Amino acid sequence: MSIRRGLLALLAQEPMYGAQLRSEFESRTGGTWPLNVGQVYTTLARLERDGLVERGELVEGADGADGEGRIAYCLTDFGRTEVERWWAAPVDRGDTPRDELVIKLALAVTVTGVDIVRLVQTQRTATLRHLQDLTKLKRATPEVAGEHGPDQQKELAWLLVLDNLVYAAEAEIRWLDHVESRLAREATRSPKARTADTASSQADRSTEGASR
Amino acid sequence: MTTNPILLLDNVSRVHGRDETAVRALDGVTLTVHAGELVAVMGPSGSGKSTLLNLAGGLDQPTTGRVVVEGADVGAMSLRDLAALRRRTLGFVFQDFNLIPSLTAVENVALPLELDGERVRKARRIALDSLEAVGIAELADRYPEHMSGGQQQRVAIARALVGDRRLVLADEPTGALDSQTGEDVLRVLRSRCDAGAGGLLVTHEARHAAWADRVVFLRDGVVVDTTGTPPTAESLLDAAGAV
Repeated sequence: MSIRRGLLALLAQEPMYGAQLRSEFESRTGGTWPLNVGQVYTTLARLERDGLVERGELVEGADGADGEGRIAYCLTDFGRTEVERWWAAPVDRGDTPRDELVIKLALAVTVTGVDIVRLVQTQRTATLRHLQDLTKLKRATPEVAGEHGPDQQKELAWLLVLDNLVYAAEAEIRWLDHVESRLAREATRSPKARTADTASSQADRSTEGASR
Repeated sequence: MTTNPILLLDNVSRVHGRDETAVRALDGVTLTVHAGELVAVMGPSGSGKSTLLNLAGGLDQPTTGRVVVEGADVGAMSLRDLAALRRRTLGFVFQDFNLIPSLTAVENVALPLELDGERVRKARRIALDSLEAVGIAELADRYPEHMSGGQQQRVAIARALVGDRRLVLADEPTGALDSQTGEDVLRVLRSRCDAGAGGLLVTHEARHAAWADRVVFLRDGVVVDTTGTPPTAESLLDAAGAV
């Protein structure tokens, strides 16, 4: 998750100081990606270095610090352009994250001595429990209809984040179902049938070769 | 609070056909549903989900094992008692709602009570309470064709749990609904179970099964896994104390 973009988007609304950015980020994403203040200030320092933010003009006192010693940051024009660009562009999905489960399954089918059927079932049960926990969080969040205050908007943001996690867990379970039935089909093919397949495909290839 | 389950499937098997052509639709399945509990059964087509639901509802009989609803062994019942059980104790919810088109919402919900000999006026009053509980009392006099799918499914849930009926058997109840409406229906089902009903939900969608307290995975007629254990007397008391 790009904290950088997230902070820029928040600052596009109004100048904020570090702790405020952190709590706004967390309340709008339901605390799903907790930040520590250190991360926020490191990110702000980099953004300042890159000319995307600057220390705010709105704060009282010298050195950009207000009465409580907080430094408010605001976007530069360059930073504003960067936020506009972020809203307009799709999120890059080409950079596939390494998923431990996918790696685990890929290895499990290629090494001997792993009970892969059991592995799939154990994982599916665990993922479904996770899905139940997410659903409990949804149940605990009341459906607010017809109100549009800032609290309701944050509630809606939180529900949408939850839904994203729900759909991701569901997708994993569906994939595991698919893996299970695929493995079951492989298991019913006798070694003899498999050899026959290979033989026929080789025959196909040789025919192909002959026709060329 | 009683710890007797509303529904008990005790080592139930169902075999269709005989000898070489015999098909084991269910093989030694044990399952309980307590009051206040929603249990989901997940599995691919052919895993025995529908057989399980038909047995639980007394629409089919097990080859071996017992099906016990509210303490009564369904296998030992006469056809007359079985019909009474289905009128008084449990209700079905289907994918395609199965409301009677020529009856209004409240008439649909009142029907099982009237069939059971309840006076029309009283049946209507109880039916209105049930519609109120699923949040659509204002639609009482509408006909099914003038209701959305989600509203029709709420009527079906109200009918399944009208009066003293405490067990709802739901077969893919969200199958014909879009994702948001499907979720609304699950919320209603969940709230009816939180209010004391027992629910058995058959679905192949994990997102919907996750509304249940327990999810049972069925494969080739066998329970292969389950999330969580059935409640014990202690855990039920704890839960009651926590509320």
